[in-house]
This record gives sequence, C-alpha cells and structure tokens, in this order.
Amino acid sequence: MALLTIRNLTVEFATASGAFRAVDSVDVDIDRGEILAIVGESGSGKSVSMLATMGLLPWTATITAERMEFDGTDLRSLSGPARRRLIGKDIAMIFQEPMSSLNPCFTVGFQIREALKQHLDLDKKGRQARAVELFEMVGIPDPERRLKAFPHQLSGGMNQRVMIAMAIACKPRLLIADEPTTALDVTIQAQILDLLTDLQKETGMALILITHDMGVVAETAERVAVQYAGQKVEDQPVTDLFARPHHPYTAALLAALPERATERRLPTIPGVVPGQHDKPVGCLFSPRCKFADERCRQVPPPVQPPAIGFARCHYPLNVPAEVETA
Amino acid sequence: MADASSQIARTVPTRRPGRLSEFWRYFRENRGAVMGLYVFAVFAFVAVFADLIAPYDPTAQFRQHVLQPPFWQAGGSWQFPLGTDPLGRDMLSRLIHGARFSFFVGIVVVVVAATGGVIMGLLAGFAPKWLDTLIMRLMDIILAFPTLLLALVLVAILGPSLINAMIAIALVLQPHYVRLTRASVINERTKDYVTSAKVAGAGLPRLMFVTVLPNCLAPIIVQAALSFSTAILDAAALGFLGMGAQPPTPEWGTMLAEAREFILRAWWVVTFPGLAILVTVLAINLMGDGLRDALDPKLKRS
Amino acid sequence: MLRYILARLITFVPTFVGVTLISFAFIRVLPGDPIIVMAGERGMTQERYDELVQRFGFDQPLYLQFWDYLTGVVQGDLGRSFITNRPVWDEFFTLFPATLELSICAIIFATLIGLPAGVIAAVYRGKFFDRALMSTALVGYSMPIFWWALLLIIVFSGNLGWTPVSGRMSLMYFFDDVTGFMLIDSLLSGQAGAFTSAVQHLILPTIVLGTIPLAVIARQTRSAMLEVLSEDYIRTARAKGLRPARVNGLHALRNAMIPVVTVIGLSVGTLLAGAILTETIFSWPGIGKWMVDSIFRRDYPVVQGGLLLIALMVMIVNLTVDLLYGLINPKIRKR
Repeated sequence: MALLTIRNLTVEFATASGAFRAVDSVDVDIDRGEILAIVGESGSGKSVSMLATMGLLPWTATITAERMEFDGTDLRSLSGPARRRLIGKDIAMIFQEPMSSLNPCFTVGFQIREALKQHLDLDKKGRQARAVELFEMVGIPDPERRLKAFPHQLSGGMNQRVMIAMAIACKPRLLIADEPTTALDVTIQAQILDLLTDLQKETGMALILITHDMGVVAETAERVAVQYAGQKVEDQPVTDLFARPHHPYTAALLAALPERATERRLPTIPGVVPGQHDKPVGCLFSPRCKFADERCRQVPPPVQPPAIGFARCHYPLNVPAEVETA
Repeated sequence: MADASSQIARTVPTRRPGRLSEFWRYFRENRGAVMGLYVFAVFAFVAVFADLIAPYDPTAQFRQHVLQPPFWQAGGSWQFPLGTDPLGRDMLSRLIHGARFSFFVGIVVVVVAATGGVIMGLLAGFAPKWLDTLIMRLMDIILAFPTLLLALVLVAILGPSLINAMIAIALVLQPHYVRLTRASVINERTKDYVTSAKVAGAGLPRLMFVTVLPNCLAPIIVQAALSFSTAILDAAALGFLGMGAQPPTPEWGTMLAEAREFILRAWWVVTFPGLAILVTVLAINLMGDGLRDALDPKLKRS
Repeated sequence: MLRYILARLITFVPTFVGVTLISFAFIRVLPGDPIIVMAGERGMTQERYDELVQRFGFDQPLYLQFWDYLTGVVQGDLGRSFITNRPVWDEFFTLFPATLELSICAIIFATLIGLPAGVIAAVYRGKFFDRALMSTALVGYSMPIFWWALLLIIVFSGNLGWTPVSGRMSLMYFFDDVTGFMLIDSLLSGQAGAFTSAVQHLILPTIVLGTIPLAVIARQTRSAMLEVLSEDYIRTARAKGLRPARVNGLHALRNAMIPVVTVIGLSVGTLLAGAILTETIFSWPGIGKWMVDSIFRRDYPVVQGGLLLIALMVMIVNLTVDLLYGLINPKIRKR
C-alpha cells in the first residue's frame, strides 16, 4: 500500500507579473520502505512539490491537488495543529544548504532537543541521551561536545549530519532529502549518501531523494521520477529507466552522463528550462527536443500508460512492440 | 531540431519588461508612494507659485481681524478661510508662503549635503587607507553629536537665520552620504566591470564618476528623499526654538513658535502649521519608501 | 571577543580627541568676545578685562589653550558657567538624572509597543493589520514632535485637564534628591500622591520623546523579521512541526533582535536631539533644556562642556551597543 499518494498537484506563485506555475499536474507515489528519486534541472519544480506536501510554502503559493494522502490521512484538509503533529515526526525533511538551514543563534544540541521535545514524551535527561545517540548514528564523533557547538563552528558536511540527525530524531516513516549533497564537497557527498541509504535500511523508512544528479540516482534509488519545467515527464524503476528511457528528455539526460558518452564530445541539451515569460504552448520540452515536430509545438502531449513509463510525450522512445501509445 | 527563430516564435509573448518601466511598475504598485508623489507635486507647485496663489501678502496685518477662527467655526468668514494669527495675518497665505521656505530648505540641503557627501564618499572609497581612515573618523566625530544639537550650536555661532540653519543641517546630514557612498563604492570596486575599465585605461576621475558612481546611485537617491524630509523637520525645529528663520518670516516652525502662547485659546494657529509640516514630511517619506522598494532588488517580492 | 572589544576601544580614543577638539573649536570661533558677553550690560574696565583674559588663558596660543582644555577634560574639569559660576561638571550631573529618567521611560515605551507591533506586522505581512500599523508608524516617523507635544497639551492638559503642562513634580510635594529619579525619590519620600504626581508629569513627555523611536523600532523590527522569516532555518524550524508562535517568537525574533538592538541603541542620539525639544516644551529641567538655555545666554563654557559630555554619552552608548551586538550574535562571540 502506498505511503504517500499525490494526484494532479499544481502549485502556483503570485508574482508581480502574474501567476507562475511552478508545479503542473504532478503525481507522486511512494511505498513504505521505498527509495524514490525525483530528478530534474533547477527550476523543474521538484523541491516545490515536496515543500507543498510538507505545507512549507510561503503564502504567495496556491496549492491544488485531486488527492494528497499520507498513510490514509488527507493532507489537504489538515488543520494547522494536526499538520504540525505529522510533520517533523512522521514526515521529515532535510535541505540543500546545511549551513543556512540551521539557526545560527542556537546550539545544534538545542535544535535537536527541540525537535524531540516537540514530538516525543521524553524528559530532559532522555532528550540529551537520545541526542547523543542520534549523533552517534549519523557518525559525529565526540557527540557531547559537538552538541554544544553553534552551526557556524561546524563544517558543511558536519552540519548536514546534524540536519539528518534532527530529521530522523522522531523515527519518521518518510524522509524527504532535498538535494542533500549539492552544497557539499565531492568526498563528503558519497559519505552523506551512504549514511542516508544505511539509515533507510536500518529504520525501514521511505526515502524521497530530490536531485539533479543522475549518478546519485543510479547508486541509491529504486524508482525514478523525472521532472521537467514543473511536470513529471517519466516514472520508472531505476534499472528500466537506465536501460530504456521513454521520454526524449530522460534519454538526453542519460546521454549527457560522462560514463555513458559514446562520442569524444559530451552531448548536451541545448537551451534552458522555460521560465515564466517563455512557456511554449505545446510540449514544454519541444523547443529543446531533437524529435519535436509541429504537433509537439502546438498540442500538449498526453501521459502514456505505465508500460511506457508514464512518459508525457507524443512520440515516446523505446516502446515495446505489444504496447499501444496514447 | 528546433532552430532559434522558431523557438522565439513559439514563446508566449509576455516579454521581460525594461528597467525603467519595471521601476515605474514597482513604484506604481505602492499606492502610498504614488499618493506621496501627488502630494509632493502639489507642495512643489504651491512653493513655486506662492505669490500667485496666496490671497494676501503673508506679512499684511488686518488689525480688525485678530485671531479670527477658520470659516467653519462661529466667528469665522470666507475672507480668511483658515483664520488669522495674533497679529491679524491671514493663516492661509502664510502657510502657502511657508511651503516655499520648506521646499527651498529641502532642495538646498539635499543638494549641498549630497554633493559634498558623495564626493567625500567616492574619495574615501578610492583613497589610500590613511585618507580613508581620516575621512571616516571625521564623519564618526560629526555623527557623535545629536544632529539637532550640533545644528543648534552651529546656528548659534553663525547667527540665527534660515540660511545658516540650512548650512548647519547640510553639514550635519553629510556624513550619512559619505558612509553610504563609501560602502557601495567599496562593494562595487572589486567587481569585474571596474577592473575591465581600469584595464581599458580609464583614469581615476573617470573611474570614480563615470564607471562606479552610476552603480551606487540607488541608495543615494533614497537617502536624498529621506534627508529632504529630515531637512524640513530640522529647519522647522530650529525655527521653533528661535534659531531658524526669524519672525515675521512665514516659516512653519517659526509660525508655531510665535503661536505657542495661544495654544489653549486659538487652536488653529498651532494646528495648521504643524499639520502642513507633517503632511509634507509624510508625503516625502512615503515617496522615499516607494523609491527604496522599487530600487532595491533585495526587497522585491520574488 | 577580547580582541573585538580592544579593537573597538582603540577607535574610541581618536574620536574622543576629535569630539573634544570640535567642542573646543566651536566656542573659539564664536562671534563676539565671550568676556564682553560675560560682562553683560554693565561693561567693565580695561584692567578687569585683561585680568579675565589672563584667567581664562585667552592670551595663550590656540594649541596651548586646547592642550589645557583637553588635560582639564581628562581630569574632569570642564570650567565654570559664566552665569552661575558653578562647575559645568556639577551642573551637568545635577540635571542629568532628569534627562536619563525621561529617556529611559521613552525607550521602554517605544520598545514595549514597537517591538511586538513590528513582529506582528511582519507575521501578517500585507494584511490589514500590517498596513494600518505601518501607516501609523510612518506618520509617527514623520512627526514634528514639537507640534505633537503642543497637540497633546491642547487635548490632555487643556481640554481634559488630565496631565500637567510642565515640570517634573507638583509644587505641593517637596523631598530631597536621593537618586535624582522622581519616580524613585517620590516613593522613598513616603508622601501620598507624590508618586502619582511624578507619573502624571512623565506621561506626555514620554509619549512625545518616544514617538519617533517607537516608529523606527516598529519599522526596523518588521523589516528584520521579514528578512529572517525568509531564511532557510525558519523553514527548518517549521519542518520540525513547531508552533508558529515558537517559530516567529523564538527562532525568528532571536535573529531579528540582532539588528533591532543596534537600532534601539542608535536611537539614543535621536533621543537626545528629541530631548532638546521635549524638555524645552515641557520645561523639563534636564540637560536638553539646559543646553538650549545656555546657548541663548551665550554661556560658552556650558555649551562647550555640554556638547562634549553629550557627544561622549552618545559614543559610550554606541560602544556599548557594539559590544552588546557581539554578545547577542554568536558568530562574533565565539571566535
């Protein structure tokens, strides 16, 4: 049974020059204990859809969805206090910038104990003991001393470990990691990813990994959703996706991986993700797609059946012989 | 593969707007700022054409009509719509002429303080360390004195008059421009476009005034608007203390000082000059806020 | 932290000498011979004039005069008033508590209202409350306080008769200065009604003097809060499921306080400038009124000394604010 189910999620921001649609009819499903990766370039709306799930978007955002359920609880109609009992406990999130995601005015220990105090029935001693235990779990040496440190006294990788410790403090059933390694050194990146997958195995929680790095996806995820310009364009198990991408965008992303390059020059995707002022009428990827024709530029594409990886495309690639395209 | 021209043709035509129109759009969005702009326009108009608008000479005394209330109150008449003061002078005419003095004070103080301050700030930003330290220490020293007190003492030295009050206020407001300009110059100086201008052989004066200064203007413009209102307030305060414009000049602060002893008998001689100061200063501050929001991209709504 | 304090103290010394130089220079370039002014309308003989020139050291070269003045200042000797012949230092400290009491009340008044108002406006940004509050704050910020004082007197003293027009204490009560603060001394005196009288005398001046700092604090708190509220760590705090009251009141406010404390500290200069007007209007026997009176009386040693002491006070407050800034900002404290 699905842990988190989202149908037709749309998020719009009110800006000075009209509404901007950051997320456009996106579906998300994740089962208990599963690792889902959401992949896309910056500005593809991958973080926004998860922030919407958490209820963390600013007031300028308008969120609409057909379904938005976590373990049978409808997230759309949730009252403020009920939502606050859920997030931070059952759903937790860690963010891209560990340095700015921790409050500079409080010690990291205070910030962890605060999360414990909010959701668990522990006394002062119990909270301190749990904080030490958490620091040990995420591999921070000398936890008693480090708990007394302020965020600016720790390195970026160390702060991200603190963030992870804080997120898993109340044993969440779903952890959303929003580009957890982007701001870190390459050597630290691998450590943090290993830590996340290890913790996922240990605790059995579900993990949503938001990233723009296909390499990270290949190493960690079980299933992959590809997002482009606010839309989900493909959704497949990781091995199938790497073997048979159905959407031209996914194919182009994979072709751009250095280890899969066949020519001497690394292929790139020309152009940039469309912004607020230059959204195409038809398929959003059409201006950058090498297969696009007049139909792609005029008519928004349909979503293909599961066998074709839910590809949002008029002419999906690698279609098995027996399957009919939509 | 889609070529460039078809890409442009496909885009929905909501183009990114130009810089000036974008500024105006942000400014216009702020209703208070637009209202302030209108009030300020009226104020400037009244100041320039005071002679033509005012019904009477501001110093003409109508001895039969001493302390006559405004027209809507018993004993008032349309002859003197806002009443008369203790010497029988028409309040409305005096207020209209007062606008001229306040406007004059604002313009002169801002021009003098901004010119001096910006040049000193540019100098400090580009100068060797010792000169920079010297200038900034000097500004620290001036800033250690409360502005009104320093202006008061300066005017006491120079002799009480509106001109001396303006000089004193300009001197006191100058350090703010110096600090602001220096801070943005130092911020801009390390940027690539300055380096490239230097490499291209631009001399120091050109570098200071043509290359860097235009990029530091936004905060200076905002500061100019804010010090315009400060100048009007301080000049009125000096006038109120008897150290600004001298009677019978119809300067708003001076008018208030003259009217003080009548506060419990004739409310209008006290209320109107102060209201004139408040409305003018408020309008300019509203405008200044609008300018800041429109010019400062950091505070723009994303 | 120690190095931070030392660095700040080192810049204090040249500023102090500069401030002394300016207060000194002001008086020496004043038009009119101070000694002739001192003689007043009676005039004086040439011998008496020469004697006074020598006594005040006006026959010495300027740099020596300045050196004498500076060494005097460092030893706490600021000369004597021409009018009362009392040491300037003594006069200042007799009157200072009155100004201090008024300023403290004004800053408390401004902070108690301005800080919560700014926080609430930021949390409900764009809503009616925010607009109403910020419009009011801008009106307060634009207020000519001398006029505001007159209006309050018209309404509360004239029409309603609730508050006295001037002074610190009703003439019905008399007691000795212990602390110089009327609020405390009136309680210590044990006289019934004295405390109430002190409070009544304080209300209007406090409101007048506190108006601009109140507006500044409210506006600054709001903008600091808005900036902080868009920070990543606020999102983290909300992601923990904390109550909005805790997110805004603890996580956001603690960070927003850093610039706001600076603003509150820096408004001390504004406060002293405002005290000049407020004390003059309400005949409040403090240093603001003292300065204005002395300027009109051309009592040069007092103007000189008062200017210096007030500047010194502003500098000390600014220094304290800087140190406090280091104390409440962990990034500076722990380095």
